[in-house]
Amino acid sequence: MCDDCGCGDTEKVPLKLEVKLLSANTARAQELRRRFTQAGVLALDLMGSPGSGKTRLLEATAQALGGTRRIIALSGDLATDHDGARLRAAGIVGRTITTGTACHLDARQVERALEPLDWQGADLLVIENVGNLVCPALYDLGQAAKIVALSVTEGEDKPEKYPVIFREADLVLLTKTDLLPHLPGFSVEAFARSLSRVMPTPRWLPGSAQTGEGMPAWLDWIAATRAATLPIGRALGTA
Amino acid sequence: MHEASIVQALLDAIDDQLRAQGARSVSAVRVRLGQASGVEADLLAWAWEALREGGPCAGTPLELLPVPVRWSCLRCEVDVPLGGPLRCPSCGGPAALVQGDEIVLDRLVLEVPDV
Repeated sequence: MCDDCGCGDTEKVPLKLEVKLLSANTARAQELRRRFTQAGVLALDLMGSPGSGKTRLLEATAQALGGTRRIIALSGDLATDHDGARLRAAGIVGRTITTGTACHLDARQVERALEPLDWQGADLLVIENVGNLVCPALYDLGQAAKIVALSVTEGEDKPEKYPVIFREADLVLLTKTDLLPHLPGFSVEAFARSLSRVMPTPRWLPGSAQTGEGMPAWLDWIAATRAATLPIGRALGTA
Repeated sequence: MHEASIVQALLDAIDDQLRAQGARSVSAVRVRLGQASGVEADLLAWAWEALREGGPCAGTPLELLPVPVRWSCLRCEVDVPLGGPLRCPSCGGPAALVQGDEIVLDRLVLEVPDV
């Protein structure tokens, strides 16, 4: 302390707060959610490990819809445009969000990626997250629903190993079911039990992009979710 | 991993408070971290050490208060044990996570210059 005027003193001010550290991302995501709903676009956050079949699922979905629905996809890719290129080849308008070393997408990246796109006329916007069962779980992207893709080759106990992402999921897609005959160690019942320990209301669908198994149920789910989420006129395509 | 972006959000939240209070530095920071939040305490602490340097939090310790996971049935007001299906042992309804996913800045001690 200065002897002359006491300058240089500081006072310790304790503050009791309740600041959620994800609130900045959540606020952006809520704004995106409002814009998606208003425009009648069903936005989905598609998550899963690398190789879980996310891109293949989108290709198969586009094929099954046969152009009756406009799909836009944003693909989070660490370093390449491979996913984006495959989706464009399947007739899906898309953009790649090159994330570099980031392990998840956030709302700001989605906002920026959408800017140059004419997305308001789309029926379905799928945000294909970075392949990762850990980090993407925490970040709201403004989606109507979170989908987690888990392939049968990853193991029946993965839900319990990654409780946060499976807790947050609205739907789990058990992919590559055509491989089950080659996986005697994978029990679908054990997977369902594992899921029930981390997801209070387990909602999951089995499927194979290869054989088409599960595609009708997946398309039904999309239609039901659109109807439940979007303003009535737009959901029926009359607005 | 994502702990670095959580620390960045923490530093941003602290900056907001510094500006609001006219403060120059921070002597204490406390975050409540739920055990089911998806954020690893060790990694958060490590990211804090790395990212606080060169700013008003340089050298400031980060106190982490762990919050245990609790699943309950809101209707029956009973806790639902972990390890089995997340359903109420009484009514069979889905359990709710009532505690354990917090990532909250709940205490700061700022140093405000005397006027």
